[in-house]
Order: sequence, then structure tokens, then C-alpha cells
Amino acid sequence: MISNYAFRKFKNHFFFILCAVCVVLAVVPLLSILWEVIVRGAPQLSINFLISTNANGGIGPAIQGTLILIGLTSLIGIPIGILSGIYLAEFGNNHYAATMRSINDILTEFPSIVVGITAYGVIVIALIGSYSAIAGAIALSFILIPIVARTTEESLKLVPNSVREASLALGAHKWRTTLSVVLPSAKSGLITGTLLAVARISGETAPLIMTILGNRYFFQGLDQPMAALPLEIWRDSLQPYASAQAQGWGAALILILIVLSLNIAVRLASRGRFKK
Amino acid sequence: MGKHYPRLRWIALNHQIPPKFFTKKIKITGDFLFKNLAAVIAASAIVILIITGYVLTTDSVPVIERFGTDFFFGTAWNPVEGREVFGALPYVLGTLVTSGIALLIGVPLSLGIAIFLVEMAPRSLRVPISYLVELLAAVPSVIYGLWGLFIFRFWILNYIEIPLSTYLGWIPIFSGTPFGLDLFTAGCILAIMIIPTVASISKEVISAVPNSIREGAYSIGATKWEVIRHWVISYGRSGIFGAVILGLGRAVGETMAVSMLIGNATGPAAMPTSLFQPGQTMASLIANGFLEATGELEVAAYVGVGLILLIMSLLINVGAHIMVTKVLKVKGGAVE
Amino acid sequence: MTTPQQKTVESDLKMQSIGLNAWFGQKQALKDINVDIKANTVTAIIGPSGCGKSTFIRCLNRMHELIPNAKMTGQILLDGENIFDKTVDPVMVRRRVGMVFQKPNPFPTMTIYDNVAAGLRLTGAKKGKNLDEVVKRSLEQATLWDEVKDDLKKPGTSISGGQQQRLCIARAIALQPEVILMDEPCSALDPIATAKIERLVVELKRDYTVVIVTHNMQQASRVSDYTAFMYLGSLIEFGSTKDIFESPKNQLTEKYITGEFG
Repeated sequence: MISNYAFRKFKNHFFFILCAVCVVLAVVPLLSILWEVIVRGAPQLSINFLISTNANGGIGPAIQGTLILIGLTSLIGIPIGILSGIYLAEFGNNHYAATMRSINDILTEFPSIVVGITAYGVIVIALIGSYSAIAGAIALSFILIPIVARTTEESLKLVPNSVREASLALGAHKWRTTLSVVLPSAKSGLITGTLLAVARISGETAPLIMTILGNRYFFQGLDQPMAALPLEIWRDSLQPYASAQAQGWGAALILILIVLSLNIAVRLASRGRFKK
Repeated sequence: MGKHYPRLRWIALNHQIPPKFFTKKIKITGDFLFKNLAAVIAASAIVILIITGYVLTTDSVPVIERFGTDFFFGTAWNPVEGREVFGALPYVLGTLVTSGIALLIGVPLSLGIAIFLVEMAPRSLRVPISYLVELLAAVPSVIYGLWGLFIFRFWILNYIEIPLSTYLGWIPIFSGTPFGLDLFTAGCILAIMIIPTVASISKEVISAVPNSIREGAYSIGATKWEVIRHWVISYGRSGIFGAVILGLGRAVGETMAVSMLIGNATGPAAMPTSLFQPGQTMASLIANGFLEATGELEVAAYVGVGLILLIMSLLINVGAHIMVTKVLKVKGGAVE
Repeated sequence: MTTPQQKTVESDLKMQSIGLNAWFGQKQALKDINVDIKANTVTAIIGPSGCGKSTFIRCLNRMHELIPNAKMTGQILLDGENIFDKTVDPVMVRRRVGMVFQKPNPFPTMTIYDNVAAGLRLTGAKKGKNLDEVVKRSLEQATLWDEVKDDLKKPGTSISGGQQQRLCIARAIALQPEVILMDEPCSALDPIATAKIERLVVELKRDYTVVIVTHNMQQASRVSDYTAFMYLGSLIEFGSTKDIFESPKNQLTEKYITGEFG
């Protein structure tokens, strides 16, 4: 009985430590990634690296391409995503909405490379006939829309019904209520969710391979191939030359700065919100 | 309705048309437009789904027509014109093996993290730790690949693969000369990448276990670990299972990091026999080979592999989805 | 300290609370509570909601400390030994001081049999005749055996609320504790189930010491030998149930008992 109890007590401590070890095992890769990207990427940074083409030792086209992709994708994806989310939250008490909600859930888990093939088939082959910037933006929109729709729905649902009722009682129409009362009330949630979604798509690589292809030059038009940071990292890392690999680490630093600063900014903002 | 449209009402009554039909048709108000515009836009979800399904099905028709079931169960992959053979089996198996490794390693780690966060960590540590774990999800896949290629691969090679193959090399799955770019390394990077998904959902599930159950268990003299092991985990098991399945979905579809670490084998060589041997998953095959494809048939072969991947991922995610919603529904009334 | 003058039976001290204070974060929930609990008696704790009566009995088996930010000072003696002592393991205390909760909480993932056997299994009891015996005896003592003897394999949550509560009592009894704490055990039950539990409480005092929290004064007067009246975290009056209900010394107690507030 006593030894049995000692064993139980030992197990209790043992698993406590084991769980703590799990946390360490998960955090070590994260810290190692951040450390290596900074240590290997930082020496690459210079004005020239940021603004000139690969031929001149820079990744300018890739940075420009990623910014264009983020902009275009947001332009296409955010309005559609938010409006879908509004429908799901404000009018979503029917079978049609329930179906769309489930499909959105499933789309958010789609393998991104499959989305790339889709955009390749529709835009690159059927519509434009060439690898193109717009094909990449559409592929990324397919990933962005379901995420934004679901986060919009979630944040609108957090707005208490009394807010809607107060506006409707003043004689405002439903659309007016939604746009000028409900949306502003959910503003911080909307911004948080949307920024996180944008952060996620800005690092996507797989769908870009068969849509924007990559380009050694700066932007040449929406219907032309374009460079992007994730593609730059991918291609550089597979090169046998140390200088190309170093360039890849530099590009990785820029990409991770874009992605993580979006994330951290969002977290800090939302934490401040909860504190109040 | 009714008052202003007696005639319409009469028609409705005599023709069994719901009176609502007329009000809707006649009063085109701002609200009506807004609601229906939003409804149309919300259809974007199903449009994306249908386009994806349509493109992958029609574009893979040539290869499926030509090879039939051999495409699914064949192992050869030869794009040379005139002698083309395409079989997807090695990549399906490669996907299953790497995802399996990811679950074997990633799920216990994630559960440990979730348990630590909900049941053990001091309050002041909870927020920063869950924040760090969530950051793991924010790192782009290609950066995992880059880090894996230059750093992580050597950890795995030197501390796991070489010792295992030296001492346990007689076991078939550990045979061969490890090089660090193989199924095992790919599985390990996937394990890290599914941690945020599995850990955060498990955390939700564990937090949702009613306190009355913990109290009951403590009151009969259970230690903290016993409460977690025998009561909390067993109460939340279906939710945790859903989290695991969602993690599996992530692992199956993950592309870039895997394509950079798996060694890029094709054809019969990609059949997984040893863990320490280069392999290929469906997603990594497409990423590595799609652009080099020449000719309609080879492109169709890649699209066909994409179709199998899509179907596999759909099955997994629909399953997980049903599971998680079922659990959430049960949550409220589980104690009844 | 107010100790009852009149002796009921030859009963010795089982538990003693000495200068007990308890907090939730900054908020003090208990202020200097001194109560003596005699062996083989039923002690009732009464008082309006929020007066700290649940917190008090949760200190008696160190369940209070499971709540984040909760802390306590003072002493609780169990057979003369301070259970707050650093060397005392709360797990051991809880095996000697069992607990029944306000809302019946049988383990939903376990069968009726396993619910009763769970505590013994933790200490390594194996399946077999011995365990069957204990389960049967515990269910009998909780007057539940006749109702569930054919359904031992069904989930613990498949029976009615009153039966669930008696199952929880059986679960506590199975460990052969010395003290059983009951935190408003009837508040979620209908009158018939309540009557059964009340009869059971009176029977239990033959073998155990019972401390019962209740907001129902009739219940306290029916089942208990001693009664403590608490108000706003302080112990207002403690004495034999007869004294408290028939000749309360404190005005507050009298007001509460006559239903003027509460």
C-alpha cells in the first residue's frame, strides 16, 4: 500500500516533467528557426539586396512580387470573404448557410497545392494562357476567402443582439444596421482575423509554383510571370552554391519579418483589447 | 401582406402559391438586395469547391483513361515519350508513412503541451507558452523546409538515424545508409508542423471538461496525473481524436517542407521500405515535378495525383469535421 | 469558542477547525472559523448563500486549494493532526475525508460498478470477488443496491438524479473514509429523492462522521446533531441543533431561522 502510493506519487511527478519536456521540444524548433534565420539572413541585408534584381545580387523582384500578391489577393479575397461572413452570421439560420459554413470549414483545410493546380487549370491554361501574377493572386484568394469568411462570422456573432435590436428599434434597415452598427462593433475582431489570414497566405508557396512561376525581373504585368519571396527561398535553398543559399536565408528573414510582424502586431493589439 | 394586394391574395389562395412569394417579388427593398447579394457572395465557397473538383477531375481524365486502375496501383513513373507509365501507389504510401510518423511523434507531444497548459502550468506561463506554440503555425512552410534542409536534417541524422541504423540496422525499416533526406526526416518536420493544430484543439477540449468531474476524481483521492489520465483524457477522447484527425489532414496536404526534405525519389524507388530511404509524398511529387512535366499525359498524371490527394484530404477533413461538431454538440449536455 | 454543553452520546473529537481563514485571490471568504466536529455525529452548516459554508467544508479535505488563486491559513486537525501541514499529502487527506457534491457528478465515462470501484482501483485493487464485495457493500450502505444490481454495467449517468447522488455517496463510502462531507447534496433533487438521502445521512453516522452543508433549515433540524450558522464568512453561532433552533443566542441566528432574511 505504501510502496504503491510512493509509485503513484512518482508517476505524478514523472508525467509533470514529461509534459514540460513536450513544451520544450516544441519551443526549441521555433527558437532555432528564428535564431538561424536571423543569424544567417541578417548579414545579407543591404539596400542593394532589397531593391536590385538577382543578377545584381538582390531579391527586389521577389519582395515586390510578394507585396503585389498580398495586395491583389486582399483586394479579391477580403471583400468576398467579409460579405460571405456577414451572410453566415446575420442571415445564416438556414440550410443553405449551414452548407456553406461546412464547405468553408473544409476549404480551409484543403491542401494548398491542390488549389494551385485548380488555378493552373482555370487561369493559366484556360483563361490567360500563361503563368501570371493574377493566377497566383486568384489561387491565394481561394485560400483566403474561406478563412476570412469564417473569422468574420465568428467575430460578428460576438456582437450582442441587443446592439442590433437597438439599431433596428430606431427604424434602421437591416443592411444599415449591419454595415454601420454591427460591423464597427466587431471591428477589432475583423481586423485581427483578416490580418492573420493575410499573414498566412503571404507565406504560401505551393500554389505559386504552377501559377506565377517566378521571374528574374521586376513586375511586368498581371498576365506575366512574377517573382515572390517564398519561391525565391525555395529555389535558392535547392541550389548547390553557398551564395545562392545565403540569398535564400536573406529572403527568409524578410518573409518571416513580414509574417511574424503581422502576427505579433495582431496579438499585441488584441491583448490590449482584452485587458480593457 | 394581404391588405394592399387583395387580388394577389386571391390568386395565392386559389393557386396554392405561398403568399410570401408575392411580397418578396414586389418589395425590392434595400434589405432584400443586401441579403441576396450577401447570399450570392456566400456561394463563393461552393463555387471554389466545384471549380476545384471539376478541374482536377477533367484534367486527370487522360491518364485515368489510359492506365485505368494501374494509375492507382502501379509503381512505375516514366515520362519518356512513347514509353509513358504513371502509377501513384508509391506516393500514396509515402504520404501515409510520413503522416503516420508525424502523428506518432506529434500527437503525444501536442497532448503533453495541451495538458501542461490547461492542468499544470502556472497561470503566468500559460499565455506566453500558448503564444509560442501558436507562432509555430505562423512560420511559413518553406521556411520550415529551409531550416530543415540546413539544420534540422543534421540533428535527425546524427542523433537519431545514425545510432538507430548502427544498432538496429537489421530491422528492415531502419536499414540503409541514412543521409538525412528521407521519409523519417520528412515525418519529423511534419510532426513539428502539426503540433499547433493538435495542441490548440486538444487544449480547447481539455478545458471544456467539466470541473465537477475533476472534483469528483480528486475527492476519491486521485493524484493530479490520475485525474488527467483516467478522467480528463477519457472524457475528452472523442474531441482529442478529432484534433488528431485534423492534424492528419494537415500532414497529408503539407507540401513545401516535405518536398525539400524527403529526398525526391520517383518510380519504384519511392516505394517506402526503409524509413531511412528517400521517398515521395503526393504533394511533394507535384511540387517537385509539375513544372518539368512535358506533354499532356504527364501533366494529367500530376493532376491525377492531386485528385487522389484531394479525395484523401476531403475524407479526412469531413470525418474530423463531423467528429468535432458532434463533440461540441455533446459538450452542453454530456453530464445529463 | 462555543462548545455545546449538553452531551448527546459519548462522542470524541474527530475534526477541529482552529482559526481557519480562506481567500479567493484578494477576497476573504472565511474569517477565523473555529468548529469542533465530533465523531459519529452529523454536523450541519447553515447560512445564506455566499456565506462561505461550501468554502468551509472544501477546506476540510483540501479541495479549496484546487481553485486557482485560492489560499487558506489556520489549522484543520483530523484526529489531532494538522492536515494543512507541509508534510501531509492532500491525496491522503481526501481518502480519509470523502466528499459528495451539490450536483450529482458520477463519472460519465464509467459504469455504475466502475464509479464505485474507481477509488479502490487507484490504489491497485484488482478485479475480482473482493472488489465485487466492496462495491456491493457500498451500494447497499447507500441504499442503492436493490435499484441498480442488474444494471451495474450501465453508465453512471444513466440513472435518475437521486440515484446518481446516492451513487456518489457509495463512491465515497467505498474508500472507507472516516469523515463524509456533503455540500448541499439535495439541492438538485426532488422531494422524494431528498427524503431518501436524508434517511441515509442519519444512518451513515453510525459508521462515519458527517458534515453537511444545507440552505434548508428543516433539513438541518431533521438530520443533524450539531449546527453551525455562518454569515458573511464568519461563524456566528455553533451548538447542538436543538439549542440553535429552539433557543438561539445570537439575534442574527434567530432572524435567519425565523426566515426574516436569507
